[in-house]
Amino acid sequence: MAPALIVARRELAGYFATPVAYVFIVIFLVLAGALTFTLGNFFGRGQADLQPFFAFVPWLFLFLVPALTMRLWAEERRLGTIELLLTLPLPQWQAVLGKFLAAWVFCGIALLLTFPLVVTVNLLGQPDNGVILSGYLGCLLVAGAYLAVGAAVSAMTKNQVIAFVLAVALCFVFGTAGSPVVTEFLSTRLPILADIARGISVAERFGGFTRGLVAARDLVFFASFIGFFLFLNAVVLDHRKAD
Amino acid sequence: MSALIEIERLTRRFGGFTAVDDVSFTVNRGEVLGFLGPNGAGKSTTMRMLAGFMPPSSGTARICGADILEQPVAAKRHLGFLPEGAPTYPEMTVTGFLEFAGRIRGFKGGELDDRVAHAMLLTQLEGVRLQPIETLSKGFKRRVGLAQALLHDPPVLVLDEPTDGLDPNQKHEVRELIRRMAPEKAIVISTHILEEVGAVCTRAIIIARGRVVVDAPPAVLEEEGSSLDDVFRRLTLGTEAHAGETA
Ligand SMILES: Nc1ncnc2c1ncn2[C@@H]1O[C@H](COP(=O)(O)OP(=O)(O)OP(=O)(O)O)[C@@H](O)[C@H]1O
Ligand SMILES: [Mg+2]
Repeated sequence: MAPALIVARRELAGYFATPVAYVFIVIFLVLAGALTFTLGNFFGRGQADLQPFFAFVPWLFLFLVPALTMRLWAEERRLGTIELLLTLPLPQWQAVLGKFLAAWVFCGIALLLTFPLVVTVNLLGQPDNGVILSGYLGCLLVAGAYLAVGAAVSAMTKNQVIAFVLAVALCFVFGTAGSPVVTEFLSTRLPILADIARGISVAERFGGFTRGLVAARDLVFFASFIGFFLFLNAVVLDHRKAD
Repeated sequence: MSALIEIERLTRRFGGFTAVDDVSFTVNRGEVLGFLGPNGAGKSTTMRMLAGFMPPSSGTARICGADILEQPVAAKRHLGFLPEGAPTYPEMTVTGFLEFAGRIRGFKGGELDDRVAHAMLLTQLEGVRLQPIETLSKGFKRRVGLAQALLHDPPVLVLDEPTDGLDPNQKHEVRELIRRMAPEKAIVISTHILEEVGAVCTRAIIIARGRVVVDAPPAVLEEEGSSLDDVFRRLTLGTEAHAGETA
């Protein structure tokens, strides 16, 4: 087994050995459910799809994912286990990847547990399950993107509060960069910035997935986005691990 | 080539402060090096650099010929390292923790089980195999860290205060263990217990303010003064006073 997978397995077991996992999952499910049924008007819309759910998930991740990542490296520092982990014979990037994968799988589990919504729409009508599936894939990719950002931030600072606030702020920027408010504002002044904003926007790419469009260039976008921040994480870790 | 550890002009600065200052030495197979010095002398910092955790400001080291900067993974493969304070993952069981370290080191299946069982036997941990580490007493936690360092029977051992917090029986056991392993390995231990040096070490290095002030067998050191204690005090207090004058 690749070292990254061994690290991921240990890490994931660690989530479930503490209340962190259960609190995260319960809050996620309660909020996702509540928002979908109330604000999203799930029943009143008269449509068998999960659009309201997909509209809220990125906003939930915006706060929940940084809560997950803020302790990623800070906790290893606090316990001193970072010294143990990084003196085991594994390339440093494998440790970075392993920690990211564990958090990603964990978000995947939280998403899977929203399956009652899928069952409900299928009982109530004939939804396009392909669109639902691609919507879920989009959610998972957004989680991955935010996780990669949060993990890199947590490698920069020992302070968990700073890690949380910075990660939320950065994810917010990437989440909203492509929104009409931002791009319209920019395009009247600096059109080139509007294009850049659209280019780096996670939400913009996510939109396609919720409409059932799985485009290769969007997949490439998420892969490079995650890859870039994991690389940044490894570089920062190398410089700051012993501080 | 019998020098398993080669440290070459290792230096580490924190801002303007030099914690480890141009330290060089080698340790051969069969040697047990006692690494001594007052609090803050730079022992742990030196060991952290040797283990590939803290990047040196300058200089380098080799473990079994593998450069810690150029071939970090190869160097770490030959090394068993007990970091200061013996950090472990508190929520894991003793077995789970040792299996994790073993898997990263590439053991699997029956061999992994054997390695873990053997390491627990050496450090007398069988009684608590399935207990979460956070529920163990301080001495047991330290032994878990020690078991992790011994798991792969490495040719080079770097142990930062391995007997700190152990009861007298366990201190004795660990010293016996080190003595038994000594012939095939190069071992560096840091300690504040000077009688330990006479009991297990074939050689002692005393560092003060990041510099090596003495490198000699413990017997030779004891000839110089009335006891190792006196030698230690004279050498380390001397450097502090001297540094104070020049500063
Ligand atoms: N990350 C760090 N940032 C700044 N200074 C540091 C850092 N790590 C160590 N130091 C300083 O380097 C010096 C050497 O510390 P080190 O931990 O190596 O001492 P030591 O010899 O192991 O002491 P002890 O016997 O107390 O364990 C100390 O003055 C310490 O304050
Ligand atoms: Mg120390």
